[in-house]
Formats: sequence, C-alpha cells, structure tokens
Amino acid sequence: MDLPTLWFILIAVLWIGYLVLEGFDFGVGMLMRPLAKDNTDRRLAINTIGPVWDGNEVWLLTAGGATFAAFPHWYATLFSGFYLPLLLILLALILRGVSFEYRHKVDSDRWRNGWDWCIAIGSWVPAILWGVAFANIVRGVQIDADMQYVGGFWALLNPFALLGGVVTLGLFLTHGAVFLALKTSGEYQERAMALAQRLALPSAAVAAVWVIWAQLAYSRNAWTWAPLVVAALALVGVVLATRARREGWAFTLNAVAIAMAVVFIFGAIFPNVMPATDPANSLTIDNASSSDYTLTIMTWVAVVLVPVVLLYQGWSFKVFSRRLHRDQIPPQPSELVNH
Amino acid sequence: MEALDLARWQFGITTVYHFIFVPLTIGLSTLVAIMQTIWYVKRTENWLRITKFFGKLLLVNFAIGVVTGIVQEFQFGMNWSEYSRFVGDVFGAPLAMEALAAFFVESTFLGLWIFGWERLSKRVHLLCIWAVAFSTTLSAYFILAANSFMQHPVGAVWNEELGRAQLTDIGAVLTNPTTIATFPHVIVAAWLVAGTFVAGIAGWWIVRSVKKGDEATARSVYRPAAYVGLVAILVAGVGLLVTGDHQAKIMYEQQPGKMSAAEAHCETAESVPFSILTIGNLNDPNSCGDTTAILSIPGLTSFLATGNWSGPESSVPGTENVQADFAERFGDTYGDDMVYIPNLMITYWAFRLMIGPAIFSAALALWGLWTLRGGRLTDNVWFSRLCLVALPMPFLANSFGWIFTEMGRQPWVVVPNIGADGVIEIKMATADGVSTVVGGGTVLFSLLAFTLVYGALAVVWFKLLRKDVRAGAPVVSSPDSPDTSRDRDDDQHTPDGEHESSRTPQLDFAY
Repeated sequence: MDLPTLWFILIAVLWIGYLVLEGFDFGVGMLMRPLAKDNTDRRLAINTIGPVWDGNEVWLLTAGGATFAAFPHWYATLFSGFYLPLLLILLALILRGVSFEYRHKVDSDRWRNGWDWCIAIGSWVPAILWGVAFANIVRGVQIDADMQYVGGFWALLNPFALLGGVVTLGLFLTHGAVFLALKTSGEYQERAMALAQRLALPSAAVAAVWVIWAQLAYSRNAWTWAPLVVAALALVGVVLATRARREGWAFTLNAVAIAMAVVFIFGAIFPNVMPATDPANSLTIDNASSSDYTLTIMTWVAVVLVPVVLLYQGWSFKVFSRRLHRDQIPPQPSELVNH
Repeated sequence: MEALDLARWQFGITTVYHFIFVPLTIGLSTLVAIMQTIWYVKRTENWLRITKFFGKLLLVNFAIGVVTGIVQEFQFGMNWSEYSRFVGDVFGAPLAMEALAAFFVESTFLGLWIFGWERLSKRVHLLCIWAVAFSTTLSAYFILAANSFMQHPVGAVWNEELGRAQLTDIGAVLTNPTTIATFPHVIVAAWLVAGTFVAGIAGWWIVRSVKKGDEATARSVYRPAAYVGLVAILVAGVGLLVTGDHQAKIMYEQQPGKMSAAEAHCETAESVPFSILTIGNLNDPNSCGDTTAILSIPGLTSFLATGNWSGPESSVPGTENVQADFAERFGDTYGDDMVYIPNLMITYWAFRLMIGPAIFSAALALWGLWTLRGGRLTDNVWFSRLCLVALPMPFLANSFGWIFTEMGRQPWVVVPNIGADGVIEIKMATADGVSTVVGGGTVLFSLLAFTLVYGALAVVWFKLLRKDVRAGAPVVSSPDSPDTSRDRDDDQHTPDGEHESSRTPQLDFAY
C-alpha cells in the first residue's frame, strides 16, 4: 500500500475515534435536560463524561492536524469551503466545553440554566452538522479546476445532506442514552434505558434509508456494501440489546455502527478525498497529498504514538468505569441548606 | 474592509485572546505540580490546601484555553487556505505531532487529575498533574516549531511543479534556531505569569488574613504559597533576560527589519542607542525623519543586536536600508510599492509593552522576599495593592510579545530566509495566503461572532477567578486524606458534617 492510501485510512481511524467517543458526549449533552428530574440528575449526567470529554475531543484536533499534514489540499479546500458549518461547530464546542467547567461554579438557577442551554446547543449543533458535512463529502461538491470549493453555503443544505445530519443525530442520541444507562444506577438508569429503547429503532431506520441512498446514488465502490451490512446488523443488535436491557452490548454495537458508518463514508469516496460534481476536479488521494518524506515521518509518529494514546485513554476509562449514583454527587450549597 | 484585513483581524483577536490563557495554564500547571509534590513529600494539611486553592483556579483557566485552541487549528484552513496549501507539507506535521504527543496527554491526565483524587493512589495522582504540566509545555514546543517555520523557514525545499514548500529535513524544522531561541523564552514568560499570579494572590491573602487576625492561616497557607510564586518570578526573571538577549541577536540576523522597526532605527549606524521614549510619526517607515527620541540609553540597541556597544562591530541595519535591500531582491515579484518593513508604531510600542510590565513582577518579587523574610508576615496595605496591580502585568507583556512577533513579521506570512540555510523561493506575502473563496461578509460574520462569544467568556473567566480567589484556600478536614475534602464554592460558609453521612464516597473536585 502506498503512503497516501495508508494516511487516508489513518484519518478514517481518527474520525472513528472521534465520532465513537465524542458521539456519546454529544448524546449525554443533548439528553442532560430531557432525562433529568432535578439539578442532581443533570450533574450526574455531566459527571459521567466529566473525566473523558476533553480527551475525546482531542481526536478531532488530531484528525484536523493529520489532514493538514497528510493532505494539505483536502484540509484547505474543505475548511475554507465548509466555512460556515465549521464556524458553527467551533462556536458550539467552545460553549459546550466551558459549560462543563463553569456551570457548577456559581450557585444560582439562572446561572446553571444559562450554561445548560450552552451544553444543549453545543451538543445538538455539532451532532447534526457533522452528518451534514460528511454527507456532502459523499455526495460530491462543486470544486473548480483550482481545487476551490465554489458551491456556496446554501448548496450544502440539500436533502441528502440534511438526512445525513439526522443520521448522526440519531446515532449520537442513542449512543448517549445507552452510555448513560451504562454509567449510572438506580432510577435514573431505568429512565436512560427506557429512552434508549425508544431511540434505537428510529435511529436505525433513518440510518438505513440514508446509507442505502448513499450506496446506490453516490458510492464509488461496490465493496462499501460490506460496512453497510455490518452497520445494519449492528443497529439491529442495538435495538435487540436495548430491549434485553443489555446496555454493555448496546453500547458496543452502537459504537460498531458509528465506526462502520465512517468506514462506509471513506469507502464511498475512495480514491477521492473530496469528490467534485465534475469528476475531473475531484481532490484525490494522490493529487491532494503531502510528499512521501512528510508522510513517512508522520507514519512513524503515528505508529509509535497512537497505540500509547489508546493505552492511557483506555486506562482512564477503566479508572472511571464504575457506575455513578445520585448519592455520590456532592450537594451544592443551596441544596445543603435545605437538608 | 476586505476579506484579507478582516481575516487578519480575526487571526489577531483569536490568537491574542487564546494566548491570554495559555501562559497561565503552562506556568500554573507546573507550579501546582510543584505544590502537590511538596504535599506528597510533607503530607501536611497546608500544602493540600495550597494545591487545591490554585488547582481550582487552574481549572477555570484551563477550560477556556482548551476550547479557544480548537479555533486556532481550524482557522488556518478556514481563513488562510492558500497559506495552508503552500506550507502544509511542512507546517502540518508539527501541528499533528502537537495533538498526538501533547494534547492527548494533557486532556486525558487532566481528567484523571480532576476526578482522580480518591480513585488513584497519591503517587499516581501526583504523576497525573506532572503529565499535564509536561504536556502543556511540550505543546508550546510544537506550536512554536510551526510558528518558527513562518519566521525562518528551514528544512524544506521549493517544489516548483507543485508550487509549494516541501519538507526535506524534519530534524532541521524541529531544531530551527528560531524555535530553540523562542521556546525557552515563551516558557519562562509563562512562569512569570504564573509566578506573579500565585505570589500576587497569596500576598494579597497574607495582608488580608493578618488584618482579620488570622495570622495562623497567613503563616501556614499563604506565606508558603507566596514563596512558590516569588521564587518562580526570580527564576523566570533571570530566564527572560538570558533568553530575550539570545532571541534579540537571532532576530537581528534573521529579520533585521523587525528589530529595527522595534527601535524606530532608520539608517544603518554604529553604536545605536535604545530609545525609551520616541515621539513623532512612527506610522510610515519612510518618514523616519519625523521622529525624535527624547530619552535613550547609548549603545544599548547595538549591544542587544551584536553584543558590542560601539565600534564597527556594533553596526545595526536601519529600516530604510532593509527596505532598499528587500526592494532590490524582491522587486521583480512584488512590484515597486511593496513595503517590506512592519508598522513602526505597533512594533515600537509592542516591544516596549512586552518588556515594561515585567517591572511590576520584579518589584513584587523584591518587596515580597524582603518583607516575608525569616518567617515574617505583613499587613502593609501598599504591599497588598502592589500584589493586585502586578497580577495582570505579565499577561499584558505576553500579549504584546506575540503582537510584536507576529506584526513584526509583516508583510510576510512566511518570511524569506535570506541566510545560508534558506531557500529564497520559500516565502509568502500575507496577502497571498488568505482564502480566495471566503467572502468579506462571511469573515465579518465570524469575526463578530468570535468577538462576541470571546468577550462574554472573558467576563465570566474574570468573575470566576475573582470569586474563587476571594473564597480563599479551601478547608480540608485531615492532612492525609484528600478524600474527605470538598471542592465547593464558599466551603467556609457551609455547615459541616451534615452531608458527611452519605453511604457512598462522593466525587471530589466533581462538576
């Protein structure tokens, strides 16, 4: 395999890491309010992702940096072309990130409500927009002979892309609900599980419609039927596992489904990195990549460091693997006074 | 305004803003690691309180630094796509390495540190904060290696066919003399920020505690904390002198226009003085005749640049000569109207505002070490005022340092390396780096959005820091068990004991 192809695969791996991990962060952020009966429930939800959300987000930074290093033209065309959606994602991630840290710092309902809104918006917006962005990449966008995206903002809001947004939204909502069921105990867990049961089927149905549409209309490769089928089976598994109240299985299978969706997307565009509506202008693995020397250096860096990252991130998940209960959330001063 | 100007404003605003928090994060994570190490060795309650007090402040600051950092990485592609195409083969690598080698460690171990007080053994928990301190410092190295390629491109050749710089020697990029000079300078500057922060807050609390009659807390908690900060200021101060001097000499070699502009030094001369105050029109590089230096130190600029106070060895090129030299070299490419010298007024004042505010930290260190010597405390309200005044000063110095570095680079986004190790084709004017497909209206919208959100967050950041500072060091119940302490706001005001009876251990430092 040549180096650009290897890096195409590695970038897919980084996106799998990002969407599988931050996928449940987004889900938890979106469900924090709907699932909560009181402030303690909300804090319980935040604490399930508290130790890990920041590390999850670094997968995005790494995917961005790796794209810059390995495929400068892909990075340049994509980021300048998808300017507004990326801006919205950035603003959302900014608000979300500080909210986790700041919402408990002042003891006032108004203060907490404000940050809760930031967490909600900060989770809903990227959960939808990542799907819209990737669906547009699969569909192909208007790129001119100078590798510039010239389609404008509104062209990104086509039905296929919007449905892609609903797909990621559904996957992340289910992912979050199952994660909460996996990480909590008691009555809260019951509610999270019940919601996961309700979400799993519609999420699978929308994903099925989109992915078959994508395969038939846009995929450049027949073998993408393979990840498609695995994803479909995994989603059926999620439906069954939530019914059987096996949240561990449900979480694993939903993660597999998200991973297979990324494999499908990257498979569907291969050997392009950014297909153009006029195929002559497509950015490909070859014409968008860095020099072999750069890719060799980066390969060594990735081969040495990615396993190490997986090792200590895995360890951190293990350290915080225990389920949380409401009783473990220390009272806030106002709640204390009422005791 | 055109997209180019707006994109430059946006980069300037988001970068300077991000860099308000970064130095404090880098410096304070190291100081908190030192505090926790002392607690680990001594196991006395006061050091646990000090660690938690400043740990809490570190977290308020960390959050905002992290989220504003994502913008930095995305912005190259969004607003500067042509620059990204031109340097991606070289510039992307240190960015990816920064994420893989530093950010993953930083974020994962910060999570472990925040939530791991009772889950991890004390030794492993201590290692977590050291991992955070080490990785924040390492991230500065990688991003400065990337920035140094823009200041002084090395380790790359010009690929004519693809029209871009191409990496040939990653070792040369990572050991760029500019990086080697800049990295220690930025790190000690970060220690100055954190040292002043810790000494200022602890000093203010000493006076406050003594006045309230609580000399015990002043002596056991705030005085040792102040010492950590004061020593950090001393170390940073010496470090800044050494690294700053080295950097100035490198800069005169690599970017003569930048340093001459910082001096408003117009014509090549020997024994050039350092002006402390210059009046007149600094705005036009071709109007040097309009400026008058009204206070200056003879020969100092020559000494900073060359190591010689006077004589032929002390000759320093002036901006007008640099302009003429560059016009001759690059006139064919950029035409006759190109100005190769950065804005004199901005570089001149930014340079002084980088150095000047450090005087407050120095004053704090000297007064503090004197007044607290040999177990003494102080209730001097003027000392307490100096503590507060000194607090923001190194932040300002850091911001202006970056403004100087980046504005002094103009009109280039990649400065041509005219030295022996340079490839003259690897250069890019800032105007050529901007995204061609992003319109002015779009950039204006994002500029307004960032300014609005960032402005609001700055207010929140300041208020939360002030609140946590005023709440003071949290009370811990037993010197050897961090498990029972609570990291809530206003710990002192809450009735103790009532909530201690919960069946399960509660989360410490939790949200």
